Amino acid sequence: MATKQIQLTGAGGQGLVLAGIILAEAAMRDGKNVAVAQSYGPEARLGASKAEVIISSEKIAYPQVTQPDVLLCLSQDAFDKYFSAVNDRALVLIDATHVQAPTLGRNNIYRLPLVRAAAEQVGTKLVANVVALGALNALAGLVSWESLQKAVEQRTPAKFRAQNLRALEVGRRLVENTPHQTKEV
Amino acid sequence: MREQELVQGNEACARGAIYAGCRFFAGYPITPSSEIMEYLARELPKVGGICLQMEDEIASLSAVIGASWGGAKAMTATSGPGFSLMQENIGYAAITETPCVIVDAQRAGPSTGQPTKASQGDVMQARWGTHGDHPIIVLTASWVREVFEMTVHAFNLSERYRVPVILLLDEVLAHLRENVVLPEPGELDVISRRHPERLENFKPFFDETMVTFGEGGRLMVTGMSHDEFGFPAQGKKAAEQLQRILKKIESRAEELAIYRAHYLDDADAVIVSYGITSRAVEESVRVLRAEGLAVGWLDLKTLWPFPEKLIRSCTEHAQYVLVPELNAGQLVREVERAVGGRVLVEHLGRLDGYLITPEEIAARVYDRVECLKGA
Repeated sequence: MATKQIQLTGAGGQGLVLAGIILAEAAMRDGKNVAVAQSYGPEARLGASKAEVIISSEKIAYPQVTQPDVLLCLSQDAFDKYFSAVNDRALVLIDATHVQAPTLGRNNIYRLPLVRAAAEQVGTKLVANVVALGALNALAGLVSWESLQKAVEQRTPAKFRAQNLRALEVGRRLVENTPHQTKEV
Repeated sequence: MREQELVQGNEACARGAIYAGCRFFAGYPITPSSEIMEYLARELPKVGGICLQMEDEIASLSAVIGASWGGAKAMTATSGPGFSLMQENIGYAAITETPCVIVDAQRAGPSTGQPTKASQGDVMQARWGTHGDHPIIVLTASWVREVFEMTVHAFNLSERYRVPVILLLDEVLAHLRENVVLPEPGELDVISRRHPERLENFKPFFDETMVTFGEGGRLMVTGMSHDEFGFPAQGKKAAEQLQRILKKIESRAEELAIYRAHYLDDADAVIVSYGITSRAVEESVRVLRAEGLAVGWLDLKTLWPFPEKLIRSCTEHAQYVLVPELNAGQLVREVERAVGGRVLVEHLGRLDGYLITPEEIAARVYDRVECLKGA
């Protein structure tokens, strides 16, 4: 891997910036250079929110994503806004709980019930961001699993650490236990 | 060997301030600078410092100036709307020769503008926002580690020369997180203000030594034009004092200039950039050089006093100069003035809150260089 450009998109309050920080922290532990840029509207919550992570073995000069290799969409607005900008090679993970995506007819697009799995299997949809990270990393192999676990431990409050580690695992299993056909739209 | 950390631009600024000896911060939170205050509210008390939330940005800089005269290294941080409110007190800090650091994480303006989008639109306001001729130093940065270094440098220059120093960041850099190894204690120089050797008959507004309240000397600090003792003065005396504080900074323009020069020896085209835009330039220069174009790059960290001799010497053999900046054309005018019509100088701007991309810069330079070849 020379450079990977990742966009994590959704609504304000879904923890996308934190997900970006965790992913970058993990990549840094793997010995990579990282840049995390964040983008959100002026609203206190529920505006569009996006974290952009660049992971590279080279120096990262331009700090924003120009051509995403990986896209996560946790809200309808984010899907409508960002999906059309990615090319056919990009890996796309869409939350199937809330996002209505038309049949897209190409490989590398995955719909998984990330928010529902967070609510039902961890007990709160607040950890959907970390469920998504677990799933995204299982699909795209961005960082080592060990580094990702360490990063979650480091970047979440002690009180919620076990819950978030569980969320990461739930995300990973969601990918492993879902037959390939239903992952694609 | 210290370990890599994932650090945000704003956090690097706050940590740089503490490293430089800052022990007083007063501010009013505003996107995209708020994390500076958030960090200092938590960390300053641990090192015996004070962090105050004031009722607005006017009061914030007032408190900072007071703290500086109380003997502390002091800072505030804000963004465009708050920076506008601070202008009056920036003039007060300038005429009273008060060391202080003002961080402006620029966002797209004017007015409330786009609070969460980046800009480099405050370059001229940083120089000329307060009324009247006045000395000021303005620095900027492009990388998270550089934010730390330039914050330390801002304090050093401010204390050394008794002048307000403005550090211009922008929304993207302020919020950007990168893996960095930040300087260890002792790695960077930390400079503090000099005090006069004797208090007897000392002149508080005469040179770069400074007496603070509580030291035992008599002090009169006023925004009125004053003589070297601080008493109101007009006419010739007022002009002499103003010329002294202006000259103190302007005469040092070249020594205060911090910059990085790349590939300038054989450059037909020179890009002059600063702040976050420099990172797009770095990519575009790499691409253009690989294409065989003789492109050079001057990456400025000191914006004011403007290093015009440096600009002249770096563009001496160029046929084309491009100044990309996130505004409608600000520093480009200074570059034009320095170049004096010898070379074609162009501006490449953007006002939508997004960064100028490496492709935009490369395309413009490529087109112009091809054009000039044809001519």
